[in-house]
Amino acid sequence: MTVVQASAPPAVDAVPLRHPWRWVGATVILVLVVLFIYGAATNKAYGWSTYAQYLFNDRILLGVSNTLQLTVYAMVIGVALGIVLSVMRLSPNPVLQSVAWVFLWIFRGTPVYVQLVFWGLIPTIYQNIQIGVPFGPSLFHLNLQSLSIPFLLAVIGLGLNEAAYMAEIIRAGITSVPEGQTEASKALGMSWGMTMRRTVLPQAMRVIIPPTGNELISMLKTTSLVTAVPYSFDLYSIASREIAARTFEPVPLLLVAATWYLIVTSVLMVGQYYLEKYFSRGISRQLTTKQLDALAKAQTDAGHV
Amino acid sequence: MTAMVRAEQVCKSFGALQVLKGVTLSVERGQVLVLVGPSGSGKSTFLRCINHLETVTAGRLYVDDDLVGYREARGKLYEMSPREAAKQRRDIGMVFQHFNLFPHRTALHNIIESPVHVKGVKKAEALSRARELLGTVGLSDKADAYPAQLSGGQQQRVAIARALAMDPKLMLFDEPTSALDPELVGEVLAVMKKLASEGMTMIVVTHEMGFAREVADELVFMDGGVIVESGPPRAVLANPQHERTKTFLSKVM
Repeated sequence: MTVVQASAPPAVDAVPLRHPWRWVGATVILVLVVLFIYGAATNKAYGWSTYAQYLFNDRILLGVSNTLQLTVYAMVIGVALGIVLSVMRLSPNPVLQSVAWVFLWIFRGTPVYVQLVFWGLIPTIYQNIQIGVPFGPSLFHLNLQSLSIPFLLAVIGLGLNEAAYMAEIIRAGITSVPEGQTEASKALGMSWGMTMRRTVLPQAMRVIIPPTGNELISMLKTTSLVTAVPYSFDLYSIASREIAARTFEPVPLLLVAATWYLIVTSVLMVGQYYLEKYFSRGISRQLTTKQLDALAKAQTDAGHV
Repeated sequence: MTAMVRAEQVCKSFGALQVLKGVTLSVERGQVLVLVGPSGSGKSTFLRCINHLETVTAGRLYVDDDLVGYREARGKLYEMSPREAAKQRRDIGMVFQHFNLFPHRTALHNIIESPVHVKGVKKAEALSRARELLGTVGLSDKADAYPAQLSGGQQQRVAIARALAMDPKLMLFDEPTSALDPELVGEVLAVMKKLASEGMTMIVVTHEMGFAREVADELVFMDGGVIVESGPPRAVLANPQHERTKTFLSKVM
């Protein structure tokens, strides 16, 4: 083989591949969309004036706020308890393992709607809470029926159900981190807790976040089931049961509710994007623009070979 | 002065499988011991026993006169709590075949991780020491690179710097060059040679016979969980006494 030193070859100049069918497809879809929008805009059943009237209605905004609170509180319980449960499942202690398994078995094995009805019935089933010596004197007494706690019960019901799902997501994330990472941390003198916190969980996050984002968005919509408790001040209950039942116009109010669910979901999706970006650092071999520039500069400085 | 590492009849079984069948050896301070042997001979397991990544099932293993993994009191052995075991590991550096750098941290932050969070060294202090260590392994310009952006040889050199940042009294190398491209082996061995010449006590599991000949004070050949032969590397390599050693060396040299 001989190596011929020649001047650099000219850059490739080729005609790009054309995609005519993409344009056809896009045109057909565009026409259909325009027709649908025209139809919706002129169809009286959609009741657009009612839609506009109620989109920023105070009761609707209250519903949005309540729905957001239910979502956030239930997810906080779900994630916190989920971490505890997943660590219990992975622990060498058989007692902890079994407790976590039974919890998962029950809360994943029954419909969330049924669970919410049960939580709603708790004050009926356990009318009084007493803390004290069994068969002895009572130190603390609480009458559940006298309290009005549907919001709290809804949060607990949603949160415990969510914890069962989060536990499995977090467990999958933890087991996805290679064993060598734990060994290296141990060899550097880290304790088990520190290894989990500083080495394993940050790497597990990359696997945990996408399905957790899914769970969060799913939770936002699952809150519409709290009517089973019964709690009736979430977005869906207010839009459909309270206002639509009064105005006899279900379609525009469902659209109002749908709009708000979409807006909140969109905000959550943006948040998820940035979280994913943060926790995927170091994963790609791809260099950042800054690093590429530095390398190009080094190449130029070294002179052309 | 007592030996840095003293192994007395060390045995290790995984269930019914006996991997180490009574290994007795000692490593003096400042000495470099190279462990060679076919795969499955127990050399890596022995290395992992020294910093308690594996628990010894019979015999005794001492590092710097401390019994590894157990406390001895009134003639009885007590299993160490994880906290005590972690403390014992701090002074023993380990370098792995597959580097095991933390992929979510830059080279610099891999190095300061343990000094800052385990030893409680101040961050600024740890950072300047880390830069110094990166200089020693010839990677000053890679401080902000993530492990995935480094070649195997560079990753292994960062891993050595990470272990050194804890100021270990003993360094364990578990096949540090076995996962590297041939042309990258040299740069890692050069760092290890430098370390040895500075008086670090080292135990190295490797297949690099050239390194053993040049750097080691003692070469130990293991097979089937026992030490078959040991001695000064030149003598063992040039004139192996056992048939098993001869066969092995004829294959790797």
